Amino acid sequence: MLATIGVSSVQEIFERQIPEAVRLGRELQLPPGKTEQEVHAHLAELAARNVSAEDELSFLGAGMYDHYVPALIDMLTERSEFLTPYTPYQPEISQGGLQVMFEYQTAISELTGLPVSNASVYEGPSAVAAAGYMAKLHNGRARFVVSAGLHPHTIQTLRTLAHGFGMEVVEVPLREGVTDAEAWAEAIDGETSAAIFAQPNFYGAVEDAEALAGAAKRAGSPELVVICQADPIALGILRTPGECGVDVCVGEGQPLGNRLDFGGPSFGFFAAREEYLRRMPGRIAGETTDVDGRRGFVLTLQTREQHIRREKATSNICTAQALNALAGVVYLSWLGRQGLVELGELLLARTHYAREALGALPGVELAHSQPVVREFALRLRGDVDAIRRRCIAQGVNPGVDVHALSARPEDEGLLLVAITERRSRVDIDRLVEVLGAAVGAESTDAGTAGGRERILGPTEAEHEQQGKPVGV
Amino acid sequence: MSELDENHLHADPGIDGHHPHHGLQGAGGGPSESPLQRERARTIFQKGAPGRRAFVCPALDVPTPDAERVLPARLRRAEPARLPEVSEPELVRHYVGISKRNFDLDSGFYPLGSCTMKHNPRLHERVAALPGHARLHPLQDGERAQGALEVMFNLQQALAEVSGLPHVSLQPSAGSHGELAGVLLTRAYHEDRGETRHKVLTPDTAHGTNPATVTMAGFEVVKVATNEDGGIDIEDLRAKADEDVACLMLTNPNTLGVFDRNIEEIARIVHDVGATLYYDGANLNAVMGISRPGDMGFDIVHFNLHKSFTQPHGGGGPGSGPIAVSDRVAPYLPVPVVRRDGDGTLALDHDRPKSIGRLRGFHGNYGCFVRSYAYICSLGADGLKDASEAAVLNANYLLARLREQRLPDGRSVAELLPLAYGELCMHEFVLSGGPMKRELKIKTLDLAKRLLDFGFHPPTVYFPLLVDEALMVEPTETETKETLDAFATAIAQILAEAAQDPEIALSAPYTTPVRRLDEVAAAKRPVIREALEEVA
Repeated sequence: MLATIGVSSVQEIFERQIPEAVRLGRELQLPPGKTEQEVHAHLAELAARNVSAEDELSFLGAGMYDHYVPALIDMLTERSEFLTPYTPYQPEISQGGLQVMFEYQTAISELTGLPVSNASVYEGPSAVAAAGYMAKLHNGRARFVVSAGLHPHTIQTLRTLAHGFGMEVVEVPLREGVTDAEAWAEAIDGETSAAIFAQPNFYGAVEDAEALAGAAKRAGSPELVVICQADPIALGILRTPGECGVDVCVGEGQPLGNRLDFGGPSFGFFAAREEYLRRMPGRIAGETTDVDGRRGFVLTLQTREQHIRREKATSNICTAQALNALAGVVYLSWLGRQGLVELGELLLARTHYAREALGALPGVELAHSQPVVREFALRLRGDVDAIRRRCIAQGVNPGVDVHALSARPEDEGLLLVAITERRSRVDIDRLVEVLGAAVGAESTDAGTAGGRERILGPTEAEHEQQGKPVGV
Repeated sequence: MSELDENHLHADPGIDGHHPHHGLQGAGGGPSESPLQRERARTIFQKGAPGRRAFVCPALDVPTPDAERVLPARLRRAEPARLPEVSEPELVRHYVGISKRNFDLDSGFYPLGSCTMKHNPRLHERVAALPGHARLHPLQDGERAQGALEVMFNLQQALAEVSGLPHVSLQPSAGSHGELAGVLLTRAYHEDRGETRHKVLTPDTAHGTNPATVTMAGFEVVKVATNEDGGIDIEDLRAKADEDVACLMLTNPNTLGVFDRNIEEIARIVHDVGATLYYDGANLNAVMGISRPGDMGFDIVHFNLHKSFTQPHGGGGPGSGPIAVSDRVAPYLPVPVVRRDGDGTLALDHDRPKSIGRLRGFHGNYGCFVRSYAYICSLGADGLKDASEAAVLNANYLLARLREQRLPDGRSVAELLPLAYGELCMHEFVLSGGPMKRELKIKTLDLAKRLLDFGFHPPTVYFPLLVDEALMVEPTETETKETLDAFATAIAQILAEAAQDPEIALSAPYTTPVRRLDEVAAAKRPVIREALEEVA
């Protein structure tokens, strides 16, 4: 090979191209290579040091949920034909991937009640930021009005990106668990680019989407873009954002056939009304025919995209989440038309059961009384962190310490409990028993110790620092 | 010197001695249609029957609640979403069936320039699927996710060492997301100094994501010209680098496959005006263990774990785009960052007051971290360097093999598809199809389409924009000499065919599940979802 090239060594190829001053000239300081079985053992050992949903009875949610992922999804996503190609730049040999995108877009469109969907974006919170950027391109206005019911990570992500493209973010508080309708209407005006809320919101409450969308359009004129970040499982039984007057519906796709993976990769979905089609971010698959008249699919409307339009592109996104979106559409097809509804009804019933039973415990009350689908916030008497630790020592992870995640003073004392179809009545009864005992024990301790005074709880970071291993 | 008629083809190129206009195609489904071509595309929405299903819902094990009380009718969906109604066997057959209409890296050579389509070891899928990784909730308490935090911490350390920049954030979801993080870091860096700068410089050879990112981050793009060697035009850079420039975004080796020898001077010019230097890591596979962006003077680097570090591309993601930065940019890194405390425990550090904030939910694409960390563990220091050496060797060998091919009429591939810049290349090279277009009357697109019949994925085409009829070839280190030889032969064969009859390439491909598709019609009247019957 060297003779063909006409060099005496591989080093010569580098020496002739890279100035010596910027060549490393030493070995990288990394451990030596390992055999396949050694690497497997190392990664298995690290996996064993994590407590996963396999190892404890977990009620963690807040954006990602431990739903059952059917075996056929593993089989399909591990097929070489789906796992190993690049983005379908050559449609003649990429019809499989392109057809999956087309089917996925159809399923997301059906789920959201909106006519156009792209082929996926990164994940939930950044999908909201991407929708915000699209709103800015659409109407050129200066401000986003956001409901405090959005996931804290969503608001933080939107703020990061909005600072870059020069937009202000104004937060509207909640009232009785849902977006305060009066404050919402008051905050929105002719300079509002987009009004953004979550369905259900971060605290589990189902919002009156139609009222929020209608009020936003009235206060901000039709040019304002109403954006809803929705839970796709809940959309199986809730009125569609499209019907409610929402312009753009985005969200986290993980609950649709994607595993938890400590937070990613999953996918973000992005659907909108027709008028936004040519400003949407990301890949879009479209139908066409080949020279012989056969039906086929291509990436379309590419003049929106970075590789064509460069600095005038509607987004910089290139690689998205095609394989995760495949899992999403296979999952929705596996559930099917009735299955998605049945799943939603099961979650409603079990969540209702859990909420009633937990809310009846001494020292526990509902954070709000709004309808919920599969997640709800409780207000605990006593230190949430300490109560959680007591539960965890019993093998039950009772849910998310809301304040540790949001750092909002009003979230002090809140526990967010998520129910999936993997949590049976027996599991819920166990949670009721363990949480009840933990709250009881904590208030007794607090009583004897004179209470654990705390005005503001720890931030997420402080919480990590203070953590001491318990029971595992 | 290999003469064409001595070579064997590894794929049936579909012509089979016949002229393409003589009975190879036709929607009528002539005898020459392959089984895949006869199969007409039907989506999952067009299959199944009402009531058919795969999913069996767990039994209701709690009392049936009062429907109106738990969720009032005004909030409920009137009709179910019109999802497919199919059995599990139908579902499996459908998706296995359409998977066969994809070409993939496990099936053949994929020299897609700038995409680094190297082998994806299956070990990585196995370890990523271990329940301790795959079923770990992102809000699990830090002390009970120490294994995951160690994966992240060790990956941060390894990426810092490879890049020569000590501080890493794993949060960005893909390369373009990493770029956005980098430009927002630049903004924060200048703002913290009380400066407002408006411009970001990008070379005219840059990936399209660079200028798109600059706009999204609220800056104005200023293009810098390319010199005759394929590097940055230093005089143009000097003229444009002023106190209003926030950053220069650069790829090195760049998209022409050229390592910019003036990199130290470029860094000086940029730093002298107080701007940052950003490294687009899409081409890192050329220099791992050989040259480090940090040592070249870069302040910010993004990595594409789905390129250099073998995260499978999944047909368009998932990817992962960590960034590494110098000391002066470190305070602004996105949160969270994994930190090791004095007692050895690992924690997610959110307490970074100057941070630009979050770029997404949770901690990044952890599943990709597991795969890329496994890759780094497998290869080690030597292996990463070997990978880059072999990638550069393979690219130069393929380039040399192509240049020595001759057509039966004596013309050489070197004159029909000349190298756009330089003599040697790094891990990829860019050819110009300009002479081929003039002499053989086929365009780069036609060459690419004809390659499909030979069982190869074509190189990247029409990029970089400043090369006429560009063809960008990146073989990667995981291909054998035999594969590279076969590819060079196929290119020569296609050019020889075209010299005889350009129609063959102009009408290609012939053997693929569908043939050339009408992209103009698709964009003119977009049909982007299946039309379903209206619900009564």
